[in-house]
Amino acid sequence: MSELFYDAAPNATRVAPPLPKPRQYPAKPSQVYLFGTCVVDLFYPEAGLDTIQLLEREGLSVHFPQGQTCCGQPAYTSGYTDEARKVARSQLALFANDWPVIVPSGSCAGMLRHHYLDLFKDEPETLKKAQALAERTFELAEFLLFVCKAEFRDQGTQVKVALHTSCSARREMNTHLHVRELLAQLGNVQRVEHDHESECCGFGGTFSVRMPDISGAMVLDKTRALKESGAHEVVSADCGCLMNINGSLEKQREALRGQHLASFLWQRTGGVR
Amino acid sequence: MNAEQRIPAIELDFKGRAHNALGDDQLRRNFRTAMDSLMTKRAASFSDADERERLRELGNHIRARALSKLPELLERLEGNLTRNGVNVHWAETVEEANNIVLEIAQAHNARQVIKGKSMVSEEMEMNHFLEGHGIESLESDMGEYIVQLDHEKPSHIIMPAIHKNAGQVASLFHDKLGVEYTKDVDQLIQIGRRTLRKKFFEADIGVSGVNFAVAETGTLLLVENEGNGRMSTGVPPVHIAVTGIEKVVENLRDVVPLLSLLTRSALGQPITTYVNMISGPRKADELDGPQEVHLILLDNGRSQAFADSELRQTLNCIRCGACMNHCPVYTRVGGHTYGEVYPGPIGKIITPHMVGLHKVPDHPSASSLCGACGEVCPVKIPIPSLLRRLREENVKAPDDPHKVMRGQGSKYSKKERLMWAGWRLLNTSPMLYRAFGFFATRLRGLTPSNIGPWTQNHSAPKPAARSLHELAREHLEGKR
Repeated sequence: MSELFYDAAPNATRVAPPLPKPRQYPAKPSQVYLFGTCVVDLFYPEAGLDTIQLLEREGLSVHFPQGQTCCGQPAYTSGYTDEARKVARSQLALFANDWPVIVPSGSCAGMLRHHYLDLFKDEPETLKKAQALAERTFELAEFLLFVCKAEFRDQGTQVKVALHTSCSARREMNTHLHVRELLAQLGNVQRVEHDHESECCGFGGTFSVRMPDISGAMVLDKTRALKESGAHEVVSADCGCLMNINGSLEKQREALRGQHLASFLWQRTGGVR
Repeated sequence: MNAEQRIPAIELDFKGRAHNALGDDQLRRNFRTAMDSLMTKRAASFSDADERERLRELGNHIRARALSKLPELLERLEGNLTRNGVNVHWAETVEEANNIVLEIAQAHNARQVIKGKSMVSEEMEMNHFLEGHGIESLESDMGEYIVQLDHEKPSHIIMPAIHKNAGQVASLFHDKLGVEYTKDVDQLIQIGRRTLRKKFFEADIGVSGVNFAVAETGTLLLVENEGNGRMSTGVPPVHIAVTGIEKVVENLRDVVPLLSLLTRSALGQPITTYVNMISGPRKADELDGPQEVHLILLDNGRSQAFADSELRQTLNCIRCGACMNHCPVYTRVGGHTYGEVYPGPIGKIITPHMVGLHKVPDHPSASSLCGACGEVCPVKIPIPSLLRRLREENVKAPDDPHKVMRGQGSKYSKKERLMWAGWRLLNTSPMLYRAFGFFATRLRGLTPSNIGPWTQNHSAPKPAARSLHELAREHLEGKR
């Protein structure tokens, strides 16, 4: 193959440009910020609280700026870029210290880490801040695994769990394997695969209300696959997907439910609410 | 829902067509089965992930470089093709392109045209146009032949009849060709081939598309698996190739990686059965080949995409179809739901340039932005980002001075703009946001049970008893 990689690059190098390196992780800090996300704030606050407790158990001091609201993604993906930028600007101002910002959502983490750079591409000063924030933004699973090097000891009973990975965790944050690794640490948890596991659950933010027929067909297929997997519980690291999957399961009067990774980890490892 | 109850698809918008398609179990099974198989084949042909990613990166660079000097390459292409004896024509619109075809046909008193597969000719609706002028135009690609026989349009850019299963093709052949009913795929193909074979020899003109037009050598490269491309371009006395202006690449060496990306991404093939390299008409000492070769270079909105550095990436496309094969929306609604020549993710980003955003206002929204398309695109078109960008163009105010594309602002709504302004106010005012959170949680018992489209698929969402803002403050203050 290598002889094919000749002078295709504009700078006439003879090889294809090197692929981006996997993310390099810093040493464990003593203090972190939590960016809770608006969906967690109003619908899954226990997932946020469990995140705080997991991080504290790793010896970290957690800061939760009370001024935080939404990352701006709903407006950004709907094409209302100016409105998204204004919200992003207000969030950017909240994390002044250079502590890592932990996000219990691949989707919102992706917004902070990748799309803020697009929002501020024409504002050099703000872009610098956005770049600094992007560098220290971590999705919860990757932070626990590679920065905290957390080791979990399972205290729960035997259970089969299906893992739903959000598309942004999979394709923007590349953290889909990390949650698997965390679950693998839990001795009594058996992770079962489900049909078309890498396929979107159909949420897509405003897509779910703009195209309810298509979104509905997608979540029906997703919940069917989850039910057929034989899993007792569903785990996901994104509450957008969980709202979609759980809302659909409830509408179908199914007993199966999904919960956030942080809550699952916290409960399995002796944490009390 | 049975077929009689359906409103004819032409009167429905995207959402209406999607609704019908989602209710058609047979259609959904056909697509799901076919797309699953294509995804598996592609994955198997790129077994080395590192090699795949390097090759995609290279493909992206080759396409970006070609587009960065597009005018220059097109001139060089024209010069070299002309030197090779090929007549080069330029068409800004599909009408112009069709008229060029008609002029050539009339100059030769042509009655019959045989066609290899060409999506650009679909853009032109060439069959319909030629038939309007009394010229028979027959598709020779098996999938195209099937959809033409059933008066349909292609539902996929590589596999035009993928929405039909063998049984449906069997019935079609039985009804339209009067042959004995058989579901045996090999037999069905033989029936089609026998019918087409004599047409290749009768045809006055052969039409084809182009996969890559090589500027350096003036070569038209055409890949195919059925041999019909070679027959269409080699047997009739006149060959007309039609292609978009973006298909030009700089040199032959550029073709090698692109070809590998194309065939592996499309069908999981290391190479297609036929790779045709056409560099001119029959020479004096040659025994076969057409006496006349024409190339029509069609714009049809491409220069609008070209003019914007972000949207230009749309033109990287080498038409492999991998984005639709991997798209959870396309898999469920099928190609006809899109109502245009190019379906699926690539269709959603390229069609607005061809027909105007106002003609396909729902296209940019019909995506969960899951990113599967961008992940598999062999030339790394950031399809989700471009969809987002088109959403932005779609909601622009009518008086926005920044004109990017035809039909921009087709989804502009004062009401929605106001709603997002309210959303912004809420999310830039921490006090207001916390007050909202407080009331939403305290009044959660009052959450309406019917929240429009959301409760169509879900139970009504109920806020938690207390927000994370409250829980976190209490928890963290307790520590201090």
